[in-house]
Amino acid sequence: MDWKTSVKSNGIMEWPYPVRYHDEIELETDVLVLGGGIAGCFAAIAAAKAGSRVIVLEKGAALRSGSGGTGCDHWINTPHPDSSITAEEILDWEVKFSGGYCNGISRYIAARESYETLLELEAMGGKIRDTSDEFEGAAFRDEKSKFLFAYDYENRIHFRVWGSTFKPALYKACRELKVNIKDRLMVTALLTANGMAGERVIGAMALHTRTGAFYIIKAGAVINCLSRHQRNWAFSTELRGISSFRPPQIVGDGHAMAWRAGAEFTMMEKSVLTSFGSGNVLPPYSHGNCLNTWFPCSMIDAKGSEIPYQNRDNMIIPDPADRTRPAPGQKFLGERTTDYEYKRPELIGNLKEKIEQGEYTLPLYADLPGMSEMDRKAIWGLMVGEEGKTGIPVRDLYQIAGFDPEMDLLQSYMFLGSDPMRGSVRPQERTGGEIGDAGGLFVDWELKTNLEGFYAAGDALFAGNYFYHAATTGRYAGKNAARFAAKVNKFSPNREQIKKEKTRIYLPLGKKGRMEWKELNMAMCRIMQDYCSEYKNEELLNIGLAWFDDIEKNELSHVSVDNPHQLVRTLEVFNVLTCNRMILQASLARKASSKYLHFHRLDYPELDPEQWRKWIVLKNLDGTIEQSAKPLNFWQSLVDIYESHRS
Amino acid sequence: MKSFALPNNTSPASPVIIDADICNGCNKCVNICQVDLMIPVRKKGAAPIILYPEECWYCGCCVEICPETGAIKLNPPLIQRVRWKRKKTGEHFRV
Repeated sequence: MDWKTSVKSNGIMEWPYPVRYHDEIELETDVLVLGGGIAGCFAAIAAAKAGSRVIVLEKGAALRSGSGGTGCDHWINTPHPDSSITAEEILDWEVKFSGGYCNGISRYIAARESYETLLELEAMGGKIRDTSDEFEGAAFRDEKSKFLFAYDYENRIHFRVWGSTFKPALYKACRELKVNIKDRLMVTALLTANGMAGERVIGAMALHTRTGAFYIIKAGAVINCLSRHQRNWAFSTELRGISSFRPPQIVGDGHAMAWRAGAEFTMMEKSVLTSFGSGNVLPPYSHGNCLNTWFPCSMIDAKGSEIPYQNRDNMIIPDPADRTRPAPGQKFLGERTTDYEYKRPELIGNLKEKIEQGEYTLPLYADLPGMSEMDRKAIWGLMVGEEGKTGIPVRDLYQIAGFDPEMDLLQSYMFLGSDPMRGSVRPQERTGGEIGDAGGLFVDWELKTNLEGFYAAGDALFAGNYFYHAATTGRYAGKNAARFAAKVNKFSPNREQIKKEKTRIYLPLGKKGRMEWKELNMAMCRIMQDYCSEYKNEELLNIGLAWFDDIEKNELSHVSVDNPHQLVRTLEVFNVLTCNRMILQASLARKASSKYLHFHRLDYPELDPEQWRKWIVLKNLDGTIEQSAKPLNFWQSLVDIYESHRS
Repeated sequence: MKSFALPNNTSPASPVIIDADICNGCNKCVNICQVDLMIPVRKKGAAPIILYPEECWYCGCCVEICPETGAIKLNPPLIQRVRWKRKKTGEHFRV
């Protein structure tokens, strides 16, 4: 029943859950995992297997939570015994593509351990092979192992997987290992030794999203698996669920609390045009296209003419089989890259001009009926079926509405102003990075931050990546955190720190506010668009900071809430504000422009000058920002250091 | 006809449609929803209330977990409805 109907017949309902604001519940564990998504579940499983008692705190419901909770269609960048591509070659590509602004540590760990992580997932019950022989004989299938591959059918490092089976398998494995999963808890702050920023992390504090009760969790080690910042530049108050690429409750809670605790961050100055996050684009992969999930779908125009694919040298490739083969001399095809060395075939580059000249007629369509049966089934049945946001919302829903992939041409909205991949959004509608390479926690080879006892995995790391990376780094961080927790004594939380946090989070209660959280988030996006977007300079960035000072002083104490749910949403927006400050501080610290960081300072226009090709690392110690720099390849010798840590 | 003093609906107003006759009131959808947009009602066996419709991410995990076929379905916002064409006949359809 919708709310209005309910109100008309029963009046305004009271909050259905017991309200327990300020009540304290204390818990204690060896390893505390913040966030129960892919990274969080893998971290918990690894720590529990190493003998630790583990608690997972999850804001939603861990059975399906996280960016990959409802599914994923591919497990990429994965060397394995039947492929000749090595982990070092994969890292070469990632470093080249990002101009060096890549997390060499986590990406290398991922490349080295991704295959064994995938097999571990299979042992838990995740489906990774075509065991029903549905695709027998397909060009992308290995007949012996029954693995299916995507994008590059020759080198076979990108697996097609049944990702909707993954989260339930992980959840079950957590339960079997006696991991204590606490759903509906929003982590609000870290507990530190003596309550001091920059000291060892000894636990966390959390708020129950339904009751408003306050949780104090003491731990030997803490792992941040809370993804990354979102809703900084783009947010829609009404279509809010579809104005973010990741689930909308992912806002950078982990970034904000780690910043307040004195953890080091890097790359927060980076922002890119958002290709997904805007209320006026269509959800990713929900219409006819030929990108990623839909690659290598044939596209035709309104009159039935096929749009040719071209190779990296802009030469038309007539044979559809060549869309998934490297060009002569090309090592392998990257999953998504503009770098010549690894570039995938794509639709002809001058398509727009040809449409304008009348050679092709709009609208365009995905020609699933024109594909071979195996390719069609791989795209519509498997990839669209297993990708997180397209299984039920696209494949199932469209088929219920009558869409038949064997007979029907799904319209493409490319060139009609709502292509989710090329962005019809305004240039100031940005994101820290929707796919990979966004700012995050700076870590060492243990995936440990500068704070003792505090680890990170998945998108909480700087320059994180997809599902495979979240899983692999979660597993790796879980093992290290367990080892640390086994050898340390637990600290007692500092009462003063608890008191301060309770004052902060319960601030909106009882306010007769002039505004609610949505208006605040929307306004903050406008500030970021105006003062920290495609045009930046010292003056603009400082005005941005002044704006947030002002909002903290004047508006924050007037935001009102009616129940614990709204309190959580409000605290999320407070975290968005903290992340905005981090972005502004990082943008002020980098006094140079960078093509790779999509970072343009009008007062320092030179692109990527040599002296600025480095990581700027920032931390906040009770309001004082400390800045340091690290060479881009600070991880040094990948193979040797990895091997020494592994042993 | 009785009129009510009510604020405007948010848009979209109904991200999911629950058929109260089929729904068994188990609240599995309420408890799997990642943004917690529904709330349970006191009456045993009754369908939940969609309290925060605009927060829906349209992931479909509520539909996936529902034990009663047809009790809950996703209802994408009108702005997100796409079209298709039957290749042989040229007939047009929409979601």
